[in-house]
Amino acid sequence: MTQRSLHDVVIVGVNNTPQAKLLEGHDSRSVSLAAALGAVADAGLSPLDIDGVVGPFGNDFIHQHRIGPVWRSLSPLGIPAVLEAAMAIACGLATTVLITTGEAGSHRHRTSTAPWTRPTNEFVAPYGMFTAAEFALMARRHMHLYGTTQESLAHVAAVIRNNGHVHPEAVFHGRGPFTASDVLASRMVADPFHLLDCAMTSEGGAALVLTSADRAAGRVHPVHILGGGIDHFGPAYQNPPVWESGGRRRPDLIVGTVGRRASELAFAAAGLGPQDVDVCEFYDPFSFEIIRQFEAYGFCGVGEGGDFVLSGVIEPGGRFPITTDGGTMSFSHGGAAVQLLQRVIRGVQQLRGTCSTMQVAGAEVAMCTGGGSGAMFTDVLLLGTSKP
Amino acid sequence: MTLLRPQVGPITGPDPSVFSQHYWDGCAAGELRFQRCAVCDTAVHTPAAVCPSCGSEELRWESSSGRGVIHSVTIVWRPVTPAFEAPYAPAIIELEEGWFLLTSVIDCDTDGEELAIGAPVEIVFHPLADGFVIPYARPR
Repeated sequence: MTQRSLHDVVIVGVNNTPQAKLLEGHDSRSVSLAAALGAVADAGLSPLDIDGVVGPFGNDFIHQHRIGPVWRSLSPLGIPAVLEAAMAIACGLATTVLITTGEAGSHRHRTSTAPWTRPTNEFVAPYGMFTAAEFALMARRHMHLYGTTQESLAHVAAVIRNNGHVHPEAVFHGRGPFTASDVLASRMVADPFHLLDCAMTSEGGAALVLTSADRAAGRVHPVHILGGGIDHFGPAYQNPPVWESGGRRRPDLIVGTVGRRASELAFAAAGLGPQDVDVCEFYDPFSFEIIRQFEAYGFCGVGEGGDFVLSGVIEPGGRFPITTDGGTMSFSHGGAAVQLLQRVIRGVQQLRGTCSTMQVAGAEVAMCTGGGSGAMFTDVLLLGTSKP
Repeated sequence: MTLLRPQVGPITGPDPSVFSQHYWDGCAAGELRFQRCAVCDTAVHTPAAVCPSCGSEELRWESSSGRGVIHSVTIVWRPVTPAFEAPYAPAIIELEEGWFLLTSVIDCDTDGEELAIGAPVEIVFHPLADGFVIPYARPR
C-alpha cells in the first residue's frame, strides 16, 4: 500500500444542497444522496471514482451506484469524518473518499426544541435541559469570572447573521441587517442567550470529496489538509458542564477551553500559529462559543475574548473574519450533524476564492471548527491552499 | 418577576442505571447521596466505577449535607417541551463536599439576588408527575 501523510490529502469536491426551513419533497436519505452526487460532480469525478464513503447514507450510496466493495466508515460527521477519511487515504485504505450527510423531516413539530438538542440522560432530562441551557451555563460562568458582557455576545451574533443576510444561499438570506441592539432586543431563550444568539433549525444536505494530492494534480483549487485535532472530555449532556473541570493529564486543559489541545496539535502539524490564519470558519451554535474559541485556540488570552471580538477583527475586512456564510445562525443548521460539515465546506470555498459573498481576499489558511464547550468537545481542522 | 417552582407537568422520572440506582433511591428517601474515594477522599458525581482523581475502584456512598453554592445558573424562558413550564432555572451547584450537581433552583424570584453565582443554596426534594423524586436547590 502507498503510504502518505495527511499533508498529501486534498479536498477536491464540496457541495451544499439547497438549505431551507422545510425542504419539501425531501427526507434525510434523499437529501444526503443528492448532496453526494453534487460533491462528486464538483470534484469532476464519477461515482466509480469513489472507493470509500463516510456518513449515515454512505452505505446506500455504495449500493445504489453499485460501486462496492469499497471502504466504509461510521465515523461521526464533521471534522472527525474529514480526518478519518484523510487517514484512510494516507494509509492506503482508499484513494478517493466521499463524506455525505443530510437531514430533512425530523423536526417539523415546533412546540418542542429540535430533537437533537434534547438529551435523554437521567441527570439532565428531568430538569428540562437542552443545548441552549447547557451552553448558557458555560457563558454565564465566563461572564462571572471575566466580566464578559452581553454586548460582546450580541456583536458576535450580529456579525454572523449579517454574513448570512447577504448570502443568497443562506436560509435567512435577506433577514437583516442586524445590530447588536437587535440581538439584545430579541426574546430571551436561556439567559444570557437571546433568540438571535442561538443557532436556528433547518433542513439540508452537505457532502465533500477527498483524494490524494497526486491524483488531484492538475486540478483547479485542491485544498490541502494542514493539520487537525479532536478534543473530548466525555459524554455530552450527562455530566454538569463545569467550566474549570478537567482531566488528570494537564491542569491547563479544562472544559472551558476545550479545543486548546486540538488546536495545538493542528498548528504544530501545519507549522503555523493563530496569526497565520486568514479566515476563521468557527462553529457557532451560540454566540458565546466564538468568544470562547478565540481564547481556547490562543488568538487572545483566556478572559480577553469579549474585548477581542469588539476590537474590529471579526467583521468582513477584519483580521480574523468569522463564519463567513452565516453559520448555524443564518446559513443553515440541518440537524444533528449536517452543519458540522458545512464549516469545512465554507473553508474550502474561501481557499478556492470562489465565495460569492464575504470572500476573504487572498485567503491561504482557513481554520474550521466544530463542537462546543457545553457539549464538552471541540474539533479543529486547518486547511491551506498549498502543502506545508 | 416570576417565582420559580418545581415542575408539575407530565414529566416522568428516568430509568436508573446500575451506577445510579443508589443515588435515586437516596432521593426517594430524602437523602442526597454521592460517592467518595476511600483512597484519596475525592467526592464523585455523577455515579462512577472509578475515582476520577486516582483511578481507585474503592468508592463508598455518603450522604451530602445538601448545602452548596451556585456555580453557574441560567433562566430558561423557552421550555424544552410543552411538558415543562417556563421560566425555570437550571444550575450547577457546588456542594460543600466538593462535588457538582446539575439541578434547578426554586423558591426564589427570577430577578432575585438569590440566583447569583456564588449564592448559598440547599437541596430539597420534590416528586415529578409520576412520583419519581428528584433534587432541587433553593436559597438558604
